[in-house]
Amino acid sequence: MNIPLVLEQPKVTASVHGSEMRLTFSGDWTVQRAAEAERLLAGVADRDAGSVVLDLSAVTALDTAGAWLVVRLRDALTAKGRSAAIEGYDDSYTPLFDEVEEHKPHDIAEALPRRGIVAGVEKVGRRTVDVWHDAVDLVAILGQFASGLSACLVNVTRMRGIAVLHHFDQTGRTAVPIIALMSFLIGGIIAQQGAFYLRQFGADQFVVDLVGVLVLREIGVLLTAIMVAGRSGSAFTAEIGSMKMREEIDAMHVIGLRPVEVLVVPRLTALMIALPILAFIADVSALAGAGLVSWAYLGLTPQAFVIRLQEAIDLQTLYIGIVKAPVMALIIGLISCAEGLKVAGSAESLGRQTTVAVVKAIFMVIVVDGLFAVFFAAINI
Amino acid sequence: MDARVTSTAPGASTADVLTVRGLTVGFGDAPVLENLDLDVHAGEILGFVGGSGTGKTVLMRAILGLLPKRSGTIEVFGTDVDHVSDEERRQVGQRWGVLFQQGALFSSLTVRQNIQVPMREHLRLPRRLMDELALLKLELTGLPRDSADKYPSELSGGMTKRASLARALALDPELVFLDEPTSGLDPIGAAEFDDLIGKLRDTLGLTVYMITHDLDSLYTVCDRIAVLGNRKVLVTGTYGEMLTYDHPWVHAYFRGERARRIES
Repeated sequence: MNIPLVLEQPKVTASVHGSEMRLTFSGDWTVQRAAEAERLLAGVADRDAGSVVLDLSAVTALDTAGAWLVVRLRDALTAKGRSAAIEGYDDSYTPLFDEVEEHKPHDIAEALPRRGIVAGVEKVGRRTVDVWHDAVDLVAILGQFASGLSACLVNVTRMRGIAVLHHFDQTGRTAVPIIALMSFLIGGIIAQQGAFYLRQFGADQFVVDLVGVLVLREIGVLLTAIMVAGRSGSAFTAEIGSMKMREEIDAMHVIGLRPVEVLVVPRLTALMIALPILAFIADVSALAGAGLVSWAYLGLTPQAFVIRLQEAIDLQTLYIGIVKAPVMALIIGLISCAEGLKVAGSAESLGRQTTVAVVKAIFMVIVVDGLFAVFFAAINI
Repeated sequence: MDARVTSTAPGASTADVLTVRGLTVGFGDAPVLENLDLDVHAGEILGFVGGSGTGKTVLMRAILGLLPKRSGTIEVFGTDVDHVSDEERRQVGQRWGVLFQQGALFSSLTVRQNIQVPMREHLRLPRRLMDELALLKLELTGLPRDSADKYPSELSGGMTKRASLARALALDPELVFLDEPTSGLDPIGAAEFDDLIGKLRDTLGLTVYMITHDLDSLYTVCDRIAVLGNRKVLVTGTYGEMLTYDHPWVHAYFRGERARRIES
């Protein structure tokens, strides 16, 4: 048994008897051929005739699209003062015509997007207000985080230890290989570039100073923060956002849990512990990379590298880098959790919010790094 | 040739739109469905019942090609869906519609755009005509016109079901699968939905495959009922025939307290 899908071309033939025009429809009048059928009927309403008969007796198949096209034509003719009638269709199509008549779609009012200067000004205004709302949201979450964290510190049993450990594992431990590798390569590249230029002045030894200061003060922590923003920030937004989408956060409210305490505090706490550790690992790997390149490229033995490093930097250089890490973790965590809580009903909004979270987090990390540089310069360290 | 009226073949009753033979589907060791046979006749409303976890949704997903099967054949509109070209597969896709249990509306599109997705994907229609057809389908399924530009997250449960049905009907399919269409609706809404399905069958010449737990639906709109149990179709027949069938689950279901209340 085989029931093929046969598509017969829709056709219309017109014959005129005096002032009456008879349009004979034949073939398939279905949605598959609706575009063709609509073209056939274009202009029919403009032809000169007193009365028009739409004869469907030769139609082989008809569905809502076909019925609608016929009804639409009849209405267009009637609107021009002609008399028009549909006839000849099979009795089995009567309910279909009844339904189409009853639910005729009328004019579709399309809300066109506004253009011009007013719309531009409106957009700028909306954006400005959005920025302000964003700032308020961020401060609100910071406040809730602070109160949630202090509640946990006062009463340690309220701290969700397992959740913190879980997120520490997700954001910290599993990030170690990629961060170590990336920093190792960056350290090597800086050393190679530095050596290339410094060697021209016979200042090979200062490669160690260059790498040491640059990596420990800036590069190590900054690259780690950017990597974590992309890796864990996006995960936070997506996790919290999809929970928001599926009403899980509403369920928490109803049960009496505080979503910020359950979702944000463990994530932020874990991230603030993980990022300094990751930054330290990044520092060590970058120095190792630099040491290896110096050995291969400049012939500086590891012993000589370490001795030179001891002279070039002190513990304070390391501290300056590491002390920035918890602040950056806080920024990444706050932004990504706040964006996650903003997710609305659709999958698209989840994607948009995740993108926004990562971009904002990386941007803010760099801004804060700049502010730290200004601050450290002002206090002469 | 109208497929719904004229089609004959030896061995099969006239115009079965769906024929399943020897279907086995399973996850892991135990098969969920084993050696299952099923026929769906053109133009009927077939109600599918069975206890929770007997594999009603699994069967529907296997027929739709969303789950792999271990053995058996599935013929839709006389075409064996395993041995067809991509083009024929696409054609089958234009001739059936599915209402998923949760609606499965695309969350980033409005209701109108959701209804237009199959039209955009399979056909090239002018924009105005698509808008008109979408609104027509919307009203046909009983949704108010102003819901056309709402997003799925702004709809109530009943409206989601109706919008999803409108999308399933976008291309005027011949066969519609409904997975628990009335679950989560209030009794009045459920009764309206049953009427709607009956009316659409009469209007559009649909064949309806409906999974349901709703005795009212089975009683009022279904022409035939199929019961799934012991990994196969236990029995098919009218509501009256169910009452006389001797099987503990069928007996409990159709002769139970709730069923008696409906008949009275």
